[in-house]
Amino acid sequence: MAIIVHSGTMDRLYPVFMLATAAGAMDVEVHLFFTFWGLEALKKGGLESARLPGVMRLGTGMMRARIKEARVPSLPELLRMSREMGNVYVYACSTTMELMRVKEEELIPEVDDIVGAAVFLDIALDADIQLFI
Amino acid sequence: MDDRLNEGAAVSKTLDCRGLYCPLPIVEIRKVMKDLAEGEVVKVFATDPGSKRDFTSWCEKTGNKLLEASEEDGVFTYVIRKTGGS
Repeated sequence: MAIIVHSGTMDRLYPVFMLATAAGAMDVEVHLFFTFWGLEALKKGGLESARLPGVMRLGTGMMRARIKEARVPSLPELLRMSREMGNVYVYACSTTMELMRVKEEELIPEVDDIVGAAVFLDIALDADIQLFI
Repeated sequence: MDDRLNEGAAVSKTLDCRGLYCPLPIVEIRKVMKDLAEGEVVKVFATDPGSKRDFTSWCEKTGNKLLEASEEDGVFTYVIRKTGGS
C-alpha cells in the first residue's frame, strides 16, 4: 500500500496512521510519502501538535480528550506501533523540504529516507492500493 | 476422538482486547501470534463491534484459521489457530 500524505491536520493524519497500522498488522507492506502540509507531521513534535483543520482547530483539545477517553492511541503512539511492525516505511518529500526550508535534522528519526516523485511512483506502480490523503 | 474437541482443548494463549478499538485488536493478535508455534491456538476476547469482520479479514489475509467466533453479552470471542507465517 502506498499513501501520499499531503495533509498535516489531525483529522487526516488519523486515517493515515490507522490504515498504516492495520495494514502492517495484516502483513501488508506500507509506504508513506509525506509531502506539502504532510511534512509538518514528520518534524520533531509535529505529530504531537497536529490540530483539527480551519476553525475546528479550536476543538482540538476536546478531540484529544475524547481520543484518550476512548483509549484510542495518540498519533505518536500509532507511529510507534506501526514502526514496530517492521513493514511500515516513512519518506519525506525532498522538494517540500526545500520549499518549507526544513532541514534533515529537524525530522523525526523514524524517517527512512528523503526521496522524490520517482521513488514514490516506482513503489506505487507495484502497490495494490494507492491513496492520497 | 473428535477432532473438534481436540481443537477446543488446545488453547495455549488468551488475549484480552476488551475495551480496545480498531486497529488495536489486530495489532495485539499479530504480536501474540509471533510468539506462538504453528498449530497453536489463541482465544481472543473483544468488545469492538467491528472486530468480527476485522478478525475474519485478518485471518484470511495472514493465512491463520478462525476456528470459532461467538458473542455473548456484548463480548466477542474468537478462537484462532496459527497456520500462517505471522
